[in-house]
Amino acid sequence: MHELAIAENIVDTVCTRAAGRPVRRVTVRIGALTAVLPDAMRLCWDLAATGTAAHGAALDLDLRPAVVFCRACRTDQRLPDMIPLCPCGSADVTVTTGRELHIVSMEVA
Amino acid sequence: MCEDGPVVTVTLEERVLARNDDLARANRELLTARGIRAINLMSSPGSGKTTLLERTVRELRQPVAVIEGDQRTPLDADRIRAAGAPVVQVNTGAGCHLDAAMTRRALDDLDPPPGSLLFVENVGNLICPSLFDLGEHARVVIVSVTEGADKPLKYPYMFAVADLVVINKTDLLPYVDFDVDACRRHIAAVNPGATVLTVSATRGSRLPDWYAWLSGGAG
Repeated sequence: MHELAIAENIVDTVCTRAAGRPVRRVTVRIGALTAVLPDAMRLCWDLAATGTAAHGAALDLDLRPAVVFCRACRTDQRLPDMIPLCPCGSADVTVTTGRELHIVSMEVA
Repeated sequence: MCEDGPVVTVTLEERVLARNDDLARANRELLTARGIRAINLMSSPGSGKTTLLERTVRELRQPVAVIEGDQRTPLDADRIRAAGAPVVQVNTGAGCHLDAAMTRRALDDLDPPPGSLLFVENVGNLICPSLFDLGEHARVVIVSVTEGADKPLKYPYMFAVADLVVINKTDLLPYVDFDVDACRRHIAAVNPGATVLTVSATRGSRLPDWYAWLSGGAG
């Protein structure tokens, strides 16, 4: 359950940046290629935030699909799984989205 | 503050694991400055990580030091110490992976000699450790033939971050239904750049390939 460690990282960061103000809402961007499960994140969020300035804060998740740019057919393709292969058969691809794991913003009172 | 002011949105755009990644970078710089090459060894429990390390400690003509990660017990560290290498055990308790801060504390305790090869044996787990950079120079994933050949497809995150995949326990191939070629194909599907070696750590077969990879850098 690495999501708990990740939730604790997020809580630490937002509480530091909030500098004592109560945090009401946090938006986190999670790519499909990061091995972070949205449901597990939501489950861990309240636990990680309890007793901190982010206690009771809402967690918004901005989920990004896995997309690759294929140099063979010059198109962006959404991946159905983790395998970096274009439907045209080419493996000459670059991941464009899906690796994000960012704290986008927070709302403080 | 007694009363709440207006709610303000603050843009952060900060990497979630920024702190871990910063600590990992510092670890890597420290190790590189001392001429120490660090290998993060990951697998499911029971794939033979510790057996491979015991043998490597005994046979490699280079000083080896080890950080052992497990949820509980010093059992693996005892085995490495008996094989003759300095070792520090990190027990993660409820944690399912090592992180850069734990690695730094272990490094300070271990103080590996300059020029040595440092192995970090991660907690046996094919999911969580893939996310946490420890400051290593290379990542090795071990899969044994008593597991399924489709493991790279089932745990793609882990296999995607590997520089080297070691298929271990090949001495058991006559007794199990494991298709080495299929496993190689599955590894290539999720990670076309990974090097793949087949070995038997208990019998010692093909271990010269492993030692050559270790001394040859990225292989």
